[in-house]
Amino acid sequence: MENTLNLSADTLSKIDEVVPKYPEKRSAALMVIHLVQDELGAVNDSACEWIAHRLELQPINIKELITFYPMLREKPWGRKHVRVCRTLPCALRGSYGTCKTFEKKLGVKEGHVREDGEYSLEFMECLADCGQGPVVIVDEKTYENIDAKRAENFAELLIDGKLDGSVDFTSYEDSLNQETK
Amino acid sequence: MNSSTPKERRIILKHADDPKYSNQIGCYLREGGYENLKKAFSMKPDEVGEEVLKSGVRGRGGAGFPAGMKWKFLDRKSGKPIYLICNADESEPGTFKDRQIMYKDPHQLIEGMMIAAFAIGAKQAFIYIRAEFHEGARILDRAIIEAKKAGFCGDQILGTDYSCDLVVHRGAGAYICGEETGLIESLEGKRPNPRIKPPYFPAVLGLYQCPTIVNNVETLCNVRHIIEMGGEEFSKIGKPNNTGTRIWCVSGQVMNPGYYEFECGSLTLGQMIFDVCGGLQPGRSLKAVIPGGSSAKVLRADERFTGSLKDGTEFDWGLEDIPLDFDGPMSAGSMSGSGGIIVMDDTVDIVEAMANVNAFYAHESCGQCTPCREGSLWMRKISQRMCSGGAREEDADLLLSVAKQIEGRTICAFGEAAAWPTQSFVTKFKDDFIRKATDSQKDRDPKSLQLI
Repeated sequence: MENTLNLSADTLSKIDEVVPKYPEKRSAALMVIHLVQDELGAVNDSACEWIAHRLELQPINIKELITFYPMLREKPWGRKHVRVCRTLPCALRGSYGTCKTFEKKLGVKEGHVREDGEYSLEFMECLADCGQGPVVIVDEKTYENIDAKRAENFAELLIDGKLDGSVDFTSYEDSLNQETK
Repeated sequence: MNSSTPKERRIILKHADDPKYSNQIGCYLREGGYENLKKAFSMKPDEVGEEVLKSGVRGRGGAGFPAGMKWKFLDRKSGKPIYLICNADESEPGTFKDRQIMYKDPHQLIEGMMIAAFAIGAKQAFIYIRAEFHEGARILDRAIIEAKKAGFCGDQILGTDYSCDLVVHRGAGAYICGEETGLIESLEGKRPNPRIKPPYFPAVLGLYQCPTIVNNVETLCNVRHIIEMGGEEFSKIGKPNNTGTRIWCVSGQVMNPGYYEFECGSLTLGQMIFDVCGGLQPGRSLKAVIPGGSSAKVLRADERFTGSLKDGTEFDWGLEDIPLDFDGPMSAGSMSGSGGIIVMDDTVDIVEAMANVNAFYAHESCGQCTPCREGSLWMRKISQRMCSGGAREEDADLLLSVAKQIEGRTICAFGEAAAWPTQSFVTKFKDDFIRKATDSQKDRDPKSLQLI
């Protein structure tokens, strides 16, 4: 099949790997969409057509998923995407304040991408880590207990590119690896 | 801690916080991992099912339906392939137990699943995991590869004729995929609109219209322990009809929120909040508790709960006396649901708390049934208006009338999940709603956190 989306060899081979895992090709739709979106940042109409063709479906069968699922995108988020949990348990620990701090510090309104494409900010529904709220996800890493006050420092480190490896903020994922070393 | 408060009994989370334990197969094997898979494979599939039935284990996903019974409903006569799905969509606000299992001890889940797959004769098994668990999906993928290499999963498990592939499938951020028929639609690559029951009971017409069992992560882990102890022994943990342990997830305004595993019914809601979780912040008092995830009906701190239990014993409880098991919160007019206990102290603006929950359900309604799609949006609009200075005295009754038109009028239980918070918040805290409409209370108390 022609690689009209210019997907990397890695993504193509992952797609080839995932599709046969399912008894029916259509079942692989979400997984293929994730792989395409992870590389391209979004799934536009031509990507829908490509995926549909790959899975022997109609483009609408892919488009209807993109427009339904909150995490699937027709347009990309910023280069750094910040998600803040909005739902009650996190809100009871101050997540509205967290989100406001990020809006101010990162210069982007919630639900939007900054004009230069650097940052985007999204209020999410429950991220299933309610015991350590407010919960923040930057790209694929989860950070816990980020109240409005800590968010100031957090945003500064993020802007300076020093969030990874900072002493004050270890992501949930990194702390798992540390514990087991 | 108060000396009368029982200690945690960690069965599922035994190794969750052990710094010397990792999510790799070596640690799991060192602690006796996959021995129960071998034990199960030495039995007949039906015998495994019998043990699960005897254990009385109830589903940990929310509805609390006996897992062994669910397996019994499986249509084995159709000749169609059978599928097993682990519901790892963990999306009920207030719940974060399945995360602990999958991130910290994924092999426990895989062993439980392979035992379950063997018992029901599944052709293939899936783990449907929410997309926000990026790393969780990678951990499971790695663990499955490890298990396959060791012959615990995949082709010819333990050298027998039985093969069952296990596939990790990622969702994409939709709460409705936690509803089992919505999950199945999603796994088929469609929009996750739930199916109507009857006829679409998954055990008969599930994935690809084949018999399918959908079980929660914690439930499937219990299967492993049931095989280890035997169904009879397992049923002695906890209380009759409420067997085993439960992982309670406490969030909100307590000093030490977190996950705590206790024998069912071994402690009360009050002991959990004030002893186990260290109580509230200094100077605060308890206002309300949601005992089983945000769709459970809220309980008011000064409420009295009276009635009689299934076995006939009369009870007269305050909120703190409610036993933490399946039947306790149910007897108090709410539910233990997925075990998510959300605590609110006296600084909380109760109308804002409800507006927060309503915004969640309005966002997550799949839109298939009109009462839910329209009703949840109207409840969000009304409650948001109430919190932005536009509250009217008649709003409380208006909200109740909208909620009443959703409940019982939808294909799936999301309708109830969306209606119950409004029904309980408005009925139990009517004064707060009326006060919102009076000029003096239009603005949020400066002590209260913004919740909407």
